[in-house]
Amino acid sequence: MNLNHIILIPLIPLAVFLILGLFYNKIKPAVSGYVGVLGLLISTSLAFYSAYNYFFVIGKTEGVYQTIVEKTVWMNFTDSLHIDMGILVDPISVMMLIVVSVISLMVHIYSRGYMKGDPGYTKYFAFLSLFTFSMYGLVLATNLFQIYIFWELVGVSSYLLIGYYYTKESAVAAAKKAFVVTRFADLGFLIGILIIGYYTGTFDFETLNNPEGTSILNWASTSFMGLSALTWALVLIFIGGAGKSAMFPLHIWLPDAMEGPTPVSALIHAATMVVAGVYLVARLFPMYYFIEDGFALNIVAFVGAFTALFAAVIAITQTDIKRVLAFSTMSQLGYMMLALGVSGYEGHEGLGYMASMFHLFTHAMFKALLFLCAGSVIHAIHSNYLKDMGGLRKYMPITNITFLIAALAIAGVPPLAGFWSKDEILVAAFEHNKFLYIIGLFVAGLTAFYIFRIYFGIFWGKEGAYKNKPHESPWSMTTPLLILAFLSIVGGFIPFSEFISADQAGFETHMNYPLAAIAVFAGLIGIGLSWLFYKKENELADKFANRLGVLFTSAFHKFYFDELYLFVTKKILFNIIARSAARFDKKYVDGTMVGIGNQTVNTSEKIKGLQSGKVQDYAFAFIAGAVVIAIIFIYIWTN
Amino acid sequence: MIPGISIYEILTVTSILFFIGVYGFITRTNLISILISVELMLNASVVNFVIINKYLFPEVLQGVYFSIFIIAVAAAETALAVSIIINLYRQISSVEVKDIETMKY
Repeated sequence: MNLNHIILIPLIPLAVFLILGLFYNKIKPAVSGYVGVLGLLISTSLAFYSAYNYFFVIGKTEGVYQTIVEKTVWMNFTDSLHIDMGILVDPISVMMLIVVSVISLMVHIYSRGYMKGDPGYTKYFAFLSLFTFSMYGLVLATNLFQIYIFWELVGVSSYLLIGYYYTKESAVAAAKKAFVVTRFADLGFLIGILIIGYYTGTFDFETLNNPEGTSILNWASTSFMGLSALTWALVLIFIGGAGKSAMFPLHIWLPDAMEGPTPVSALIHAATMVVAGVYLVARLFPMYYFIEDGFALNIVAFVGAFTALFAAVIAITQTDIKRVLAFSTMSQLGYMMLALGVSGYEGHEGLGYMASMFHLFTHAMFKALLFLCAGSVIHAIHSNYLKDMGGLRKYMPITNITFLIAALAIAGVPPLAGFWSKDEILVAAFEHNKFLYIIGLFVAGLTAFYIFRIYFGIFWGKEGAYKNKPHESPWSMTTPLLILAFLSIVGGFIPFSEFISADQAGFETHMNYPLAAIAVFAGLIGIGLSWLFYKKENELADKFANRLGVLFTSAFHKFYFDELYLFVTKKILFNIIARSAARFDKKYVDGTMVGIGNQTVNTSEKIKGLQSGKVQDYAFAFIAGAVVIAIIFIYIWTN
Repeated sequence: MIPGISIYEILTVTSILFFIGVYGFITRTNLISILISVELMLNASVVNFVIINKYLFPEVLQGVYFSIFIIAVAAAETALAVSIIINLYRQISSVEVKDIETMKY
C-alpha cells in the first residue's frame, strides 16, 4: 500500500507550524488564519481519502482489517531491540485521524472568529498546528517509544496553549500544573515502556499485540510482587494514560486547563488530547486483555467507573460553565475507560472495545460542539459564570439550537449520536459486571442533569444584567457549530462495529431494547429534574443543595482534591523532603565546589610572592636552573 | 693563534668575565649597573666566539663575523634600554629596581 499521502497528513501541520512560527512577525494575522485553515483542510481531505481507501478498498483481507505498517529503524539499542519511526494504519488509527482532522479543522475555522484582534493571533495558529501535528503523530505511531515522543509533544503544545494568555497569573499556574501533573504520570508510562522493552525485547505494537506472540503467551515467565512483570508494566502505562486522560486521582489539571482560550479547550481538553489515554489502552488492548487474565484491564475499568461518577457529581455543583464541561469531559473519559475495561476480545465479546471507540468518536463531536458553544456564549457576554448568564436564547438562536443538540446528544436521547455509543457501553457493562452497569446508568442520569442545568442556566431562566446587548457570533464561529451539530445528529448511525472491533474482524450489533429504554429513561429523569430546578428562576435548587449540606459543599470544592495535593506537595514534599535536600545541596555539594575554589585562592595567595616583579629574582632563578641542569649534564657525561 | 697563551687560559678569563656580569646583574639595584653587567656578559661571549674561531677553526671567519653582529645588536639594545631608563626616570625620578616592581602588573 502506498502510504505517502498518510505521511503528508501530519507533515502539513508541521510545515504550517514552521512557517507561522518562523515568520511570526512578517505574516499578517488575516493571512496566518487562512494558512492554518488551508493546511488543515488539505490534511483533513487526505485523512478522509485514507479512511475511505482503508475501510472500503484495501483494508480488508478475508474479512479482517489488516494492520499496515511502514517504518524505518531510527535508533538501535541491541540487535533485536530498536526504536522505529513510521506510520501504522489500522481501524482505530484511521478513525482517530478523522476525529483529529474534523475537530481541529472546526476549531481552526472557529478560532478565526474567536481570536480576532488578539495580539498573538499568528502565534496561536502556530501552536494549534504544532498540536495537530503531534496528535497525528501520536495516532499514527508504530511503537511505544514513538507514541511516547508524540505524547510529550502534545503535552508541550497543551502547555503552550493553556498558558496562551501568559499575562494572566492563573493561566500560567494552570499551564504549569497541567504540565507537571501529566509529566509526573508520564514517568509511570516511561517505566512501563522500559519494562516491556526489557522483558519482551520489542517496542512494536504489532509484535506486542499479537495474541499468539511470545510477549502475550509468556507473560507468566517473570513475576514481581505477586504479579507478572508485564502486568506491572501495563499498570504503569495506564498511569501515563490516566494522567493524560485526567482519570482519578490525576485529574486535577483538567479543570484548571480551562484557563486557555475556549477553542483550545474544545480541541485539546475535550476532543483529542485527553482521549490519548483511552487510545493508548485501546492500542495495547490485546496485551491488557490477555496478560494475567486482564488484571490490568480490571483496574482500568474501576478507575474509569469511579472517575465517571466522581466527575459527574462535581460537575453538578460548578458555576463556571467551562469547568462544568471539563468535569463532564472527565466523566465521559471515565466512561470510555470503563467500556474498555469490560471488553472481551473476540467477535461480539469485544463490544466494550468498540463501544469505547464509538463513544470516543461521538463524544469528540458533541463535546467539541459544547465547548465551542460555550466559547460563543463567553465571546458574547465576556464571562464564564452562570450567574452572569440567562435568557440568551433570544439573542443567540444558532448557539442555542446547537447547544441543545449537543446537550441532548450527551444526555443520550435517541436518535442523537451520544445515545448509540452510550447504549453500547451500558450493554457491554451489563454483560460483564452489574455493579459497573449501575454506576454507568447513574452517571448517565447525572450527565443529563448537569448538562441541562447549564443549558437552562445559559439560555433560559432570569435574564442576566448585560451591559451591552449580547449578539450572535459571526459566521466563522457559527459555521463550525452547525457542522458539528450535524455530525452530532448523524454520527450515531455509522455502523461502527463493522469497522472497529478488538480483533479487527468486525461484527454486527443489535439494539438491546430494554437496556436502551432504561438508559434513555435515566437521561430523561435527569433532564426533567433540571427542568424543574433551573428552567424558571426558583428556590428549589438552593433548597435541595442546602438539604444535601456537606455533600454539596465538598462537591463544590471538588472534594478538596486540589487542597489535598497542595498539602502533600507544599507541606510534605517541599517542607520535609525538598528543604532537607536543599540543605544537603547547600552544605555538601555546594560546599565541596566552593571549598575547591577557596582552596585554590588560598594557595595562590600564599605562593604569589614568587612573582615578585623584580627582574633580578627571575634572572637568579633562571641562572640557578641553568647551573643545576649544567651540573646534571656534566655528571651524566662524566660517568 | 697567540703564541704562549693557550685556549684554556683565555676561556678561563672569559668565564670569569661572564660570571662577574651574572653577579652584577643579580646583585646591582641600579638599572644602569644592570645594563653594564649585561654588556659584560655579552662581551665575554663575543671574546669566546673570536677565540674559538681562532684556535679551533682558523681557516674560516664565521665566529669573527658573528661577534660583529653581536656588537651591533648589543649597541641597539643598549640604546633601547637607555631610552627606556631615561623615560622611566622622567616618570618616577628613579632608576632603582625596587621602585619599578609595579611594572609586573
